[in-house]
Amino acid sequence: MILILDYGLGNVYNLKNAIKKIGYESKISSDTDEIINADIVFLPGVGAFKAAMENLKNNNLIDALNKRKNANKLIVGICLGMQVMFEASYEDGYCEGLGYFKGVFKEFDIKLKSPHMGWNELIVNKKSFLTKGFNKENYAYYVHSYYLTEYNNENLILYSDYEVKVPGIILKDNLIGIQFHPEKSSKVGLKILENIIKEFI
Amino acid sequence: MITKRIVPCLDVKDGKVVKGKQFENLNIIEDPVVMAKYYANSLADELVFYDISASNENRKTVFDLAKEVAKEINIPFTIGGGINSIEDFDKALQSGADKVSINSSAIRTPELIMIASKKFGKQCVVLSIDAKFENGKWMVYSKGGRKNENMDVLTWAIIGEKLGAGEIVLNSINSDGEKNGFSENIIKTLCENLSIPVIASGGAGNMEHFLNVFKNTDVDAALAASVFHNKEIEIKKLKEYLKLNDIKVRL
Repeated sequence: MILILDYGLGNVYNLKNAIKKIGYESKISSDTDEIINADIVFLPGVGAFKAAMENLKNNNLIDALNKRKNANKLIVGICLGMQVMFEASYEDGYCEGLGYFKGVFKEFDIKLKSPHMGWNELIVNKKSFLTKGFNKENYAYYVHSYYLTEYNNENLILYSDYEVKVPGIILKDNLIGIQFHPEKSSKVGLKILENIIKEFI
Repeated sequence: MITKRIVPCLDVKDGKVVKGKQFENLNIIEDPVVMAKYYANSLADELVFYDISASNENRKTVFDLAKEVAKEINIPFTIGGGINSIEDFDKALQSGADKVSINSSAIRTPELIMIASKKFGKQCVVLSIDAKFENGKWMVYSKGGRKNENMDVLTWAIIGEKLGAGEIVLNSINSDGEKNGFSENIIKTLCENLSIPVIASGGAGNMEHFLNVFKNTDVDAALAASVFHNKEIEIKKLKEYLKLNDIKVRL
């Protein structure tokens, strides 16, 4: 089963629609047993880091996610869902995340406009199943004001250039963090989702 | 590097796409879901739906429309027109819209920008400004270009940014439907004074107009309706032309 974790932050149906487009059904749920047992868990999210951590905590979801992680079962974080998988963020003051990946989110301190919003080119840092079937040029849709720093370069699969290096996908064991929105990134986004699902189902 | 965005805009009245010259003499063109699919498959970077229905009864359909559109496309889209409250914001976002555009309601209740920005994040709050150049000044208009709000466009845009808007759409009433190019002066002024993305709207007639606005200003995106709806300009060809002229686009 493909599960989309609903913890009250942002629309979950767009991801469900995208997964359906590549031919798979998914279930929107916040049931802890289902989270632990699903084949794939997508952790989406749009909003603020602190609110995301609080909602996960208040719905007793952190324990279920930790159990999944310890059992080496796939978790795919998207946008804010990706951010909470890291050590911490400085959004509205320092806030600790789930700590699955090394790295901290900091606000863009650049000449370019913030939020980093729009289609940016994906640059491959490390080949993996995630980039199977890529074209010569591939673009993804990003919307965020905080970006990942102090991460482990070995785990960096894709990044984009926005005055600074903006990590796009981090992969470690069975944990995937995606900063951009694959569900909104046209064919390239669907390809990435398809690559993930086919690898794990 | 981030790309410049090309944004087709669909004005929707009672569930149908329309486009008129200077906001009047509206003509029904096509089914919005059909058009959304067509644009998503022809390299549009995002879509905007403006609901211009006269009655609230018909306006409810825009959220149903958003749900239908969200099922069919996987590029970002914005809903605007008749958004008056946080509840409307919530409905639009829950229907699958990525951004919500406000215009008259933000002039009436500027706090709406702040509350929505805090609740849903600034990235989904788009402040749309109808601007008219008269007596040497760019002034804010409302009610589809009929009411002068006696407010300077740049001042209002700066207030909007401070309140938490994540993006500004500048609709030039002078250029709208004229197909003589975008109003580059006011767009340039906004880009120089704001640190959030700006979308140029109104005046696109040919591919050179797009090139000029991207070359002469720091604008992030260009929006147009009739030139795309009438297929006078194909988005793929437009992007190839822009790329040939050193504008970074998604192809």
